[in-house]
Amino acid sequence: MPEKTYLQAISDGLRQEMRRDKRVFVIGEDVGVYGGAFKVTLGFQEEFGSWRVIDAPLSETAIIGGATGAAIMGMRPVAEMQFADFVSCGWDQLVTVAAKQRWRAGTPVPIVLRLPSGGGFSGGPFHSQNPESSFAHIPGLKCVCPATPEDAKGLIVSAIEDPNPVLFFEHKHLYRRIKGEVPDERYTTPIGKARMHREGDDATVVTWGAMVYTADEAAKAVDASIEIVDLRTVLPWDKQAVLGSVRKTSKVLVLHEDTRTGGFGAEIAATIAEEAFEHLDAPVKRLAAPDTPVPFSPALEKAFIPQVDDVARALKELIAY
Amino acid sequence: MASTTAVDVVMPQMGVSVSEGTITKWLKQVGETVEADESLLEISTDKVDTEVPAPATGVVSEILVQEGETVAVGTLLARIGGDGAGGSAPPDEAPAEPATQSAADASAAAATEGEAAPESAEPPAERAEPAPAGNGRAFVSPVVARIAAEHGIDPSQVPGSGSGGRVTKKDILAFVEQGPPEAPQPAAPEPEPVAQPEPAPAEPVARPQPAPAAQPVAAPAAAQVGETLEPMSAMRRGIAEHMRRSLDTSAHVTSAIEVDMSKVVQIREKLKKEYQAAYGVNPTFLAFIARATVETLRDFPWVNGEIRGDQIVTKSFVNLGFAVELADGKGLIVPVVKNAETLNLLGMAKAIADVARRAREKQLTPDDVAGGSFTITNPGGYGTFHGTPIISQPQAAILGTYAVVKRPWVITDENGADAIAIRSIMNLTLTYDHRLVDGAYAGRFLRDLRERLQSWGESDY
Repeated sequence: MPEKTYLQAISDGLRQEMRRDKRVFVIGEDVGVYGGAFKVTLGFQEEFGSWRVIDAPLSETAIIGGATGAAIMGMRPVAEMQFADFVSCGWDQLVTVAAKQRWRAGTPVPIVLRLPSGGGFSGGPFHSQNPESSFAHIPGLKCVCPATPEDAKGLIVSAIEDPNPVLFFEHKHLYRRIKGEVPDERYTTPIGKARMHREGDDATVVTWGAMVYTADEAAKAVDASIEIVDLRTVLPWDKQAVLGSVRKTSKVLVLHEDTRTGGFGAEIAATIAEEAFEHLDAPVKRLAAPDTPVPFSPALEKAFIPQVDDVARALKELIAY
Repeated sequence: MASTTAVDVVMPQMGVSVSEGTITKWLKQVGETVEADESLLEISTDKVDTEVPAPATGVVSEILVQEGETVAVGTLLARIGGDGAGGSAPPDEAPAEPATQSAADASAAAATEGEAAPESAEPPAERAEPAPAGNGRAFVSPVVARIAAEHGIDPSQVPGSGSGGRVTKKDILAFVEQGPPEAPQPAAPEPEPVAQPEPAPAEPVARPQPAPAAQPVAAPAAAQVGETLEPMSAMRRGIAEHMRRSLDTSAHVTSAIEVDMSKVVQIREKLKKEYQAAYGVNPTFLAFIARATVETLRDFPWVNGEIRGDQIVTKSFVNLGFAVELADGKGLIVPVVKNAETLNLLGMAKAIADVARRAREKQLTPDDVAGGSFTITNPGGYGTFHGTPIISQPQAAILGTYAVVKRPWVITDENGADAIAIRSIMNLTLTYDHRLVDGAYAGRFLRDLRERLQSWGESDY
């Protein structure tokens, strides 16, 4: 199998779907002539033309609203937010219109929103956030956060196929840093199924996105057998996989890059307490960013985003409990 | 800690038509902890096999009906919590209690007579729980508490290696495996229910404790060399009885007809993508056939009818049964789509997918499999082109659908000239009860059903 970057995998999956299904089109700021801020859609306009790779004005409201309308009329739009942070400008179209349309009127809204998210490169407060938990609270949406190139391609295909609005959180820090084997042929990765990243007996880390790699390095640094569950999608999330691992190890660390209060880790921790209480041998631990905007300063950002040392320390405390 | 009043577990009413059930398996034994709504036992009725959830959280203190026994709905099966349930105390040997006067009778009697006559054999409740003296020992985590309760271990006797000497899960598991260093309190052994011979199934037994043992059951012939014996499941017994009874009841006759499915094939191809994308459901051939069948049954009420005594029953509704093979291939169940006459093609496709899934996942309730007025069986998936199914009593007929195959077919073009074309052909059989339905009536039913399928238009949803 060929090795590809995370970014290339997303690009390939999207291109395959556009070749396969004429209803699929791309819309966003600078996605056409410029090939996207991160070059995910580089060469798309040459191949598919400007009617299927649409450079939109600087209005997330217009992009999401337009995509929603097109979806209702039978198209399969893939809209790019240049940075996930900007999706808040289109909140009303996404949350009030797209998420509710099927429940209100019965019409499916098969849109995909690509959301380059995450920090680690001094992007500051407007270009580094991980807003998945805000949208995981909205019934009618799905939230996908792949960690590996293989899952990134399989999940972009599933997201396009899905009849609901799907938010595809692609972590910018993984774009070119992470490479992996990606099949050339078309395949799908199921939404709502976790991936066992690493098996172990002493403690479980539940995480997703870029934190999978942080957890993996921390697991190697501690003298214990650590299991890592990569959720892959946070809405819906694979409760069974998490509870199964908790029953096995009885100690859990929930880890995410998003801020702590109201982060999706809270939902996971609460569910474990409700449904696996009698299997716990230690309190459920959460590790997340503090409740502040993402700082610009490289030193401060490092202190903000959970680092390998932070995870290793938390794991050691869990093991010793 | 342990609840002082016991919660009764009774044989549930699994549907209007079910009067008794057989306990096939206890998932928890006496002394084990069960959570409310966690599965406690498996039962088997003549309609479905299912699991019974625990009505409350607690330690199983008594099991009153053993595996293999068949009892009436409402019979007391077990108790959770109460007297016998202990956290740290070794569990009482509840099952060893003399069976003559069960606890159920005792408490019932006490309740009615008002005055609790102190039974010497069974001192009532209020036994002080010898709780470990609160001070001195560290916190016990939920998982350790559970393992301790399951094995009747006092956690304060387990050496702890966690922070502050806490007993960790690993500590207590090692303790369970190796046993205590100088054990004063042996872990209670799993209470082993006496192996019961096959109980006599026929009579609904109302008493919680039917006299066990000593009742020889007609021994089946022993296995010869090369043979294996396995007990028949309740479902298998049910199928065997029903099939035999149906043949003994109805005068089975089968008629077959060939249907050109080309139009359906064409429309199905068109709808498939839309249905899958928009509704996540596949418009199967079966859904088309079921739709056409419901329409045709309107004109042939006796095919959807029933003989009841010396009366003929006709129905203003169609409760459509679908024969579904179970996932393990060891049985068959016929879930019923109620009021199928109200469903359009999409509704029918969804309803079929739903009952088939629930049948395979053992999620049907007995009411899901009762009350059918007509049945469709679909062995065509394996390529068979003809069959003579057996009617599901007390219905009057069953439709068999078979593989759709491309065949050379003589057609007449618009100029009246004959030509050979390649068409998608399917056989349909109607097996009917000749006591009620005559051959000509069945023939007309099949003819009209064929006509509906062959002339299917895009708007005929």
